[in-house]
Amino acid sequence: MKKYDAIVVGAGHNGLTSAAFLAKAGLRVLVLERNPYIGGAAVSRELHKGWTYSNCSYVCSLFRPEIYRSLELARHGLQVIPYGGGITFTRDGGYFGNYNDHEVKRREIARHSRRDADAYDRYEVDVMKQTRFIRPLLLRTPPDPASFRPRDVFELLYLLRKFHDLGERQMYDTLRFWTMSIGDFLDEYFECDVVKAHFAGSGIIGTALGVYSPGTAYVLLHHYMGDIDGSIGAWGFARGGMGAITKALGAALQSYGGEIRTDADVARISVRGGRVAGVALRNGEEYETDIVVSNLDVKRTFLKLFDEGDLQPDFLGKVRNFKIRGSSGKLNIALDGLPSFPALPGGSPLMTGDMHFTDSLERMERAYDDWKNGRWSQDPYVDMLIPTQIDPTMAPPGKHYMTVFVQYAPPRLATGDWTDADRQAFGKTVTDQIARYSPDFENLILHAEVRTPRELENEVGLTEGNIFQGELTMDQLLFNRPFPGYAQYRGPLKGMYMCGSSTHPGGGVMAAPGANAAREILRDLRRANTVPGDASDE
Amino acid sequence: MSTGHFRTPLQHTPFHSRLVAASTCNEWYAWKGYTAPSRLTEVEFEYFAIRNSASIFDITPMTKYRIRGPDCVPYLNRLLTREIGALAVGRVAYCLWCDDAGQLIDDGTLFRLAGQEYRLCSQERHYDWLLTSALGFDVGIEEETGHVAALALQGPTSCAVLRGLGIGAIEMLRPFHLMSTSFQGHEFMISRTGFTGDLGYELWMHPDAAGAIWDALIEAGGDYAIMPIGSEALDVARIEAGFIQANVDFVPADQAVRPGRGRSPLELGLASHVDFRKANFTGRRALSEEQRRGSRYQLVRLDIDGSTPATDSFVYYGRRKVVGHVTSAAWSPTAKANIALASLQTPYGTQGDDLWVEIYYKRELKWERKMARCRVVAGTFYDPPRRRQTPAADY
Repeated sequence: MKKYDAIVVGAGHNGLTSAAFLAKAGLRVLVLERNPYIGGAAVSRELHKGWTYSNCSYVCSLFRPEIYRSLELARHGLQVIPYGGGITFTRDGGYFGNYNDHEVKRREIARHSRRDADAYDRYEVDVMKQTRFIRPLLLRTPPDPASFRPRDVFELLYLLRKFHDLGERQMYDTLRFWTMSIGDFLDEYFECDVVKAHFAGSGIIGTALGVYSPGTAYVLLHHYMGDIDGSIGAWGFARGGMGAITKALGAALQSYGGEIRTDADVARISVRGGRVAGVALRNGEEYETDIVVSNLDVKRTFLKLFDEGDLQPDFLGKVRNFKIRGSSGKLNIALDGLPSFPALPGGSPLMTGDMHFTDSLERMERAYDDWKNGRWSQDPYVDMLIPTQIDPTMAPPGKHYMTVFVQYAPPRLATGDWTDADRQAFGKTVTDQIARYSPDFENLILHAEVRTPRELENEVGLTEGNIFQGELTMDQLLFNRPFPGYAQYRGPLKGMYMCGSSTHPGGGVMAAPGANAAREILRDLRRANTVPGDASDE
Repeated sequence: MSTGHFRTPLQHTPFHSRLVAASTCNEWYAWKGYTAPSRLTEVEFEYFAIRNSASIFDITPMTKYRIRGPDCVPYLNRLLTREIGALAVGRVAYCLWCDDAGQLIDDGTLFRLAGQEYRLCSQERHYDWLLTSALGFDVGIEEETGHVAALALQGPTSCAVLRGLGIGAIEMLRPFHLMSTSFQGHEFMISRTGFTGDLGYELWMHPDAAGAIWDALIEAGGDYAIMPIGSEALDVARIEAGFIQANVDFVPADQAVRPGRGRSPLELGLASHVDFRKANFTGRRALSEEQRRGSRYQLVRLDIDGSTPATDSFVYYGRRKVVGHVTSAAWSPTAKANIALASLQTPYGTQGDDLWVEIYYKRELKWERKMARCRVVAGTFYDPPRRRQTPAADY
């Protein structure tokens, strides 16, 4: 039996990132992936001939440039292309356009509210202040506030000093910001409903909370703190779909001598003498190792891959209580041409941005009410894009690929588990909504993949279909992620590590959890660190 | 000639009306007497048109000469540092020319249009030098800058766009080859050349055809995300590709006022374009001497820590000793690296040297200064295989 220095379970972007940094440090690393393809939630799939779908995650902003650079992902074929703008269509046939150009955006907001046009600058400055505070923390391991180890004390001091540096008013604002709702936050800036609705979207995406639930303001920040080439808050497409990211990470890993095995479904992580000893696949194969790094969410890792007897009951309790609730579904659609939206003037640059149809916070909150009642939103919030207007590689010329993120969809329906009929009806709810704003849309559909939390759990492996591997609320962030005492990527057994989005700094195709986990592993092994820190010039 | 030229210090290229229509920000600069766009919309989108889809850039202001006559080959062989006898009709070559002291006057591209007919393109103007060099040769030289409208169509979908124009077999056109073709009765020439280090073409046409061909490209490029671009986006791409530019990375020898400001091709990393097997060319003696005695400088590519471009920075050895300066710098959106070209004094600039750059940057009206470590990089920062592939890829 071949022995590896480290085995990574799950070839998602974090698993591959972790593996790549470990291999770069000279470790013999193996990545095991259940699916016949790598990528986890960052994949490109050809589900309709000639079309490439980013059928899970679909846009990219948070991916740490330091990781991109240090693993030479450009050399391995990765390119992230920014897109501009966004739009929220209104029920009365109008729209609000979030243009990229500042002056155009200003005049657009003024079209809806003169006051909001100026308030936007105040909003942007305040969000930027929060962003500046959190960004440097992304590539750092959170301190354990209950520990007196010098390293934790030092890191805690760093955090406190950074917090203190914000100044008195900003400290109060930050505490409020981290705990308040996106609805309340936006109410402090804007008066116009559609403007608020447009910006509120980032506060709920991937989250089983409503726009007036405490904690959603932070979720907005989580979507805003990324950048593309220094343009903070900008989002982009990975050329060739999100799978291009994991493909490049896989190639980087292999360039350092790491190995990847697909169709390798890990059934169990074996434990000997209180430490991990290896992994066993469902097909009976076994691998020996001293280090197991799990890219899976914490529930799947500790409830499915371990014998319960190998873990402490209080630890298992924490795992069971971890909040990881599915809130969303996804449609991936092959289109015969570019759908028209009569509300938009010809040649509008807004077509290349993210599109939404929910024009008030009230409608967003109502959409969440459906989730609480165990049904998908009858008037859902969607985040919809047509990346093929920019990326020439994903569909034949003149044809298009549309990605539609849909919220809310509960992990289980009031009527029971999701059925195929439910899934079809869910898809129809969404396409009907789009068709109300685009008369030719339905006739252009060549193929559509509809994914509910059931598919996200079964096919991607995300418990309950939660795209962030756990809610991004204050009780599960920073040194509380995934839960207190375990925020430094180490599991409850020697040799066991976690590197998925269940760990700090959380979800999004950021790769920071994977990188941070690798840094901790190398530290335990007393190996030279290969993982970069934050390198932006502040 | 008309005497009203003082009223229009900046001329318009035949594409001007199209550029004006495409410009949303009204940002222009003067390029050799022409109005040219520094950007049309947003630089980052324009840059990604070069690297992701297709970009069109008006290169009409580039200086162009037509050189004809029975002594073309010996003339050009005397003028240029490379051997051009082997350059077949329908081929293009990158070339350099120096003064007697072996200092670079300019670099450019040479197109062999026919047996005894060439086009020479460059950044600077050289009519006087070309005529001076022609003493004793039976050649005719004509400046044709304003008579030829030209466009650079660059990016991974550029071949597909040209196919959409009905240009047959365009995918078979090899790098540094050219072909003649026609579109709606307009004869024009396409070369697989460019300044981006990517798949791309340059289109050379009569000014009367300019509007029609521009419009057709935009039309054909609709499904390929074509985008007109300005010089700022192009500049990032050319730095990634490691291409040098006159008056940016070197002072043309004939323009240098202060002694020692010029650079030789060897000092600019262009030794492979100097052919010492040729018995004679302008600057040969000085360059062989330099080869024997060693160069004063070398041009290096730097990968710099952090994200702020090291524009105009000093380069230090061991954080203390100034050993050179950055000539071009950019954040590379594709390599996700902070890159630069720098001219360093000999012997500094070998890989592994302890080099630093001093970067100043302003944040909210306050200047920050930092020393950033940098590494000398051997290859180009970005070199996609599609740049060389024939048949050319669709994207």
